[in-house]
Amino acid sequence: MKTYYNPDDLKKFSKIGEFQQPLADKFFSYYGDVFKEGALTEREKSLIALAVSHAVQCPYCIDAYTVDTLEKGCDEEEMMEAVHVAAAIRGGATLVHGVQMMNKTKEVSM
Amino acid sequence: MKSLVKQNNKFSDIEYQFQVLSEGVKGQSLPSFSEKLEETGLYPLKPTSIEVFQINIGKMCNQVCSHCHVDAGPDRKEIMTKETLEYCLKAIKESGIKTVDVTGGAPELNPHFRWFVEEAYKLGCKVMVRCNLTIIVANKKYHDLPEFYKKNEVEIVSSLPHYSSKKTDSQRGDGVFDKSIRALQMLNSVGYGMADSGLTLNLVYNPSGAFLPPSQDGLEKQFKRKLKKDFDIKFNSLFAITNIPISRYLEYLVASQNYLGYMEKLVNSYNPEAAKGVMCRNTISIGWEGYLYDCDFNQMLELKVGVSKERQHVSQFDVSQLQKRSILVNEHCFGCTAGAGSSCGGETV
Repeated sequence: MKTYYNPDDLKKFSKIGEFQQPLADKFFSYYGDVFKEGALTEREKSLIALAVSHAVQCPYCIDAYTVDTLEKGCDEEEMMEAVHVAAAIRGGATLVHGVQMMNKTKEVSM
Repeated sequence: MKSLVKQNNKFSDIEYQFQVLSEGVKGQSLPSFSEKLEETGLYPLKPTSIEVFQINIGKMCNQVCSHCHVDAGPDRKEIMTKETLEYCLKAIKESGIKTVDVTGGAPELNPHFRWFVEEAYKLGCKVMVRCNLTIIVANKKYHDLPEFYKKNEVEIVSSLPHYSSKKTDSQRGDGVFDKSIRALQMLNSVGYGMADSGLTLNLVYNPSGAFLPPSQDGLEKQFKRKLKKDFDIKFNSLFAITNIPISRYLEYLVASQNYLGYMEKLVNSYNPEAAKGVMCRNTISIGWEGYLYDCDFNQMLELKVGVSKERQHVSQFDVSQLQKRSILVNEHCFGCTAGAGSSCGGETV
């Protein structure tokens, strides 16, 4: 069955250079540096990546960072809390616009 | 739960395991382990020196863990005899090997276990016992094991895949976590894991699923913090071990459709530095019948050491012959060379 998302395509991510190598090289070099231990640990970065994967709803990223967080020693509770952080920010982002709605309502109401 | 052997499961068949291992690598057009070694100038793999005498004194165990490479359990009756243990002591004495690593099954279930540990200790060896913890609380007659270990200055190495009961029990069986915690507290109470006691208690983490272990250092800190906070337990070091794709773990990988992805990950994570430090280069493994192997995994795959047939038994132990041998490798060996490497002592890089 044809689908828009194929799990095997994740393995081909590094092949994006086939169409534009210099930019791909820059991206992967940057990507590698981002996830190295710095002021944040690799473990913390992996949990952030897992949360962001859910916020941007990327199935490839969710697969990749579910395994990556497990391989960084995170447990299910921590992983789900990270997803809730993403959900809270997304939900909050919707709700905070309620203020704009309230402002406009008040502006046009007697 | 029964062992694979008792179930007549096809994964208890060695030839079938080799066939599956080949499909996981050659079947996916990935390089074989020997090709990888060759690429990195390590083929044929040679021993450095034999420093560890690792002896598997039986497959009988009070647990049936879902990842067990020994396929151990209460229904496994294979136990090393006293005669073979005597050959082992003779080999240790004559070779001058100073580290004796005792494993199983639950090694404590061998009726000659205590005698053997005492004799090895008398020879001046550092004795390590791979204790599954629950055996200490399994029966009254084992409650004094912590004192016995202390008396013989045994180094304890115990599996605890996680500091949560859910993850530990899912791998090692219902109730194992609570019993392990009680046993750890008993070991702590005689001084194991305590600063300056000289009594070493190391824990072993292995992943509860089809993924690689985390970095050992960070995980050790996490384990120490959690076990201290929740149970007031202390230990010395944590060894992070990769699950090797043989026996029950191989069966799990295939049944859960994770096998091909796991093998691909192992092959792609091959680290030449880890390959240089694999434990088979300084260890010799002895099976319950007294035959010699390059490691406990080769033992389970019945790959006897590559020396003349008469020298493959501990009764004919010859260090100089063993030093000259080539170590036998197959696709399961990718488990020891992935990432930071894996051995019975954890990371190797």
